[in-house]
Amino acid sequence: MGTPALQGESRVTRYLANRLVQLLLVLTGISVIVFFTMHVLPGDVATMLLGERATQAQLIDLRHQLGLDQPVVVQYLDFVRQMLHGDFGTSLRSSRPALSDVWVAFPVTLQLSLASLAIATALGVPIGVVAATRPGGILDNVLMTATLFGVSMPIFWLGLMLLLVFGGWLGWLPIGGLMPTGVDVPRVTGMTVLDSLLSGRPDLFVESVTYLILPAVTLATVPLAMIARITRSEMLAMASLDHVRTARAKGMPERRVILRHILRNAMIPVITVIGLQLGLLLSGAVLTETIFALPGLGRLMVDSILSRDYPVVQAGALFVALVFVVVNLAVDLTYGLLDPRIRRA
Amino acid sequence: MSTGTALVGAPLRRPAGGLRALRRTSAKVGLALTLLFLLIMLVAPLVAPYDPYDQDLSSALSPPSAVHWLGADQYGRDMLSRVIYGTRTAFLAVLVADGLALVVGCAMGLVAGFFGGWAEAVIMRLVDMLLAFPYLLLALIIVAALGPGLTNSMIAIGIVYTPQYARLIRGQVLAVRQADYVRAARALGASRLRQMLRHVLPNSFPPILVMATLQAGSVVVETAGLSFLGLGAQPPSPDWGALLADGQSYFLTAWWIATFPGLAIFLLVLGFNLLGDALRDHFDPRRGA
Repeated sequence: MGTPALQGESRVTRYLANRLVQLLLVLTGISVIVFFTMHVLPGDVATMLLGERATQAQLIDLRHQLGLDQPVVVQYLDFVRQMLHGDFGTSLRSSRPALSDVWVAFPVTLQLSLASLAIATALGVPIGVVAATRPGGILDNVLMTATLFGVSMPIFWLGLMLLLVFGGWLGWLPIGGLMPTGVDVPRVTGMTVLDSLLSGRPDLFVESVTYLILPAVTLATVPLAMIARITRSEMLAMASLDHVRTARAKGMPERRVILRHILRNAMIPVITVIGLQLGLLLSGAVLTETIFALPGLGRLMVDSILSRDYPVVQAGALFVALVFVVVNLAVDLTYGLLDPRIRRA
Repeated sequence: MSTGTALVGAPLRRPAGGLRALRRTSAKVGLALTLLFLLIMLVAPLVAPYDPYDQDLSSALSPPSAVHWLGADQYGRDMLSRVIYGTRTAFLAVLVADGLALVVGCAMGLVAGFFGGWAEAVIMRLVDMLLAFPYLLLALIIVAALGPGLTNSMIAIGIVYTPQYARLIRGQVLAVRQADYVRAARALGASRLRQMLRHVLPNSFPPILVMATLQAGSVVVETAGLSFLGLGAQPPSPDWGALLADGQSYFLTAWWIATFPGLAIFLLVLGFNLLGDALRDHFDPRRGA
């Protein structure tokens, strides 16, 4: 006892415990926000469900059934209790449990987000590195202007333009959807690309990838631009540090200086940004899903809002928020693993 | 989105030499684009060749030509006029949503920073909670609660951006509160309200301006996005997002309906972003690359 290793371990445990308590607080807060916006603000749920022409007796009856005549605090506690049992109510549209609708749609969004993040990282990091090697040069200016275009791009417009060019005019890629009509991939994970591989169907794999390209590229635009900009500025910040100057003074080849001394250190904050983008992608895929007619979580949420299917909106909102918060926590923890200074702090 | 928060507590240079922030070409382009759209909005009735609501079924879906420079939509409405009138909704969204976020957020931040104690605890926990939400999801939930429509979508986006201003201003208050001139004011018996409004707020102006400009771009995109999803401005109003949604149904046969409103969104947002970047680099040079 008392050895540095053990002390370090207890510190990590304490940090983890701290973060988990924070996570619980945030989730409680989110459940309060979702509950109150859904139950208190919209006026009367009973009128909404039964329509304007319902009689007073019907309304009172339904309010009683739904527990809406109870004090708000009791309603909230009921809501939390049911939620903890995984019961988010029944979808008013599909008549299935709201959570199962969310669960079916989630893999579509997850696949799209992961593919976009892969594209954004694979292109964004090299672009940032290249731009940073000669700051202020022509290439740097061109690339940084391009990333600014990327950040300013309304992706719902970009998606339509890509569809128009590659789907419509050139006819290289399919116009929306998850798979061709009538073709079904045996469902294992719900992610078509992975499922076609798991079921040993290379033909379906190729098909599902061609359907994924345009939406993934569309959704990747903004994170790509952000990753490139962050990579560049972190590289420039690292390049001015002493150990880099020492490496250069020792006569180390420039390529090695960039890869070993600058990029490696610059990657720590970049990885954090990449991780945080995943949370945003999962929640921000709604526009892309709309353009490409993908039956994902974002689309489900919007359809449910438009048709006032509140149980699904509620389940979807809490689910996405949970994923978002957990992903961000995971990113924070990885950050600690990558950078010993943070772990010790 | 993420750009503003890093400014918190940064030591600020007072604007030196007025318009020095606009030296760079990119800043000039940004300002020019923003002013151009502002001008178009102001003179919309004078420059729009047609009434944006006028239907002319004989020219329905007609491509760009000398009669309809940007083509016509499925009801034969002139796309150029509709895009021109769309600037009104875009700037209205900036005014309402960004304005709402700024006013409410600044008030929250000032109160939290100045009074501390439980007021700060309550406000900042609420801010943390709202920031823990993915912003588009939060906007969707609020629109779900209030009901679809342009006003509600602008309110929703305003609420989504409020916590960022609150956090920024609180940081500013904490940084400025200990500055000599504020302490001097306090020693001379200035009330808290006077300290806040006369000393802290004016000195927080540069980062607020930077954030407001950068957020303006996001507000335009997101309001248009909500309209595109059918949750914001409703047809037949000439809102860029709603126009794009119209165009989606015809994009293979009439590409111009979706193309030009989207281009307008892109250019205005680019303008705000270029301008915001330039202002940020000017007021906080450490963050400029």
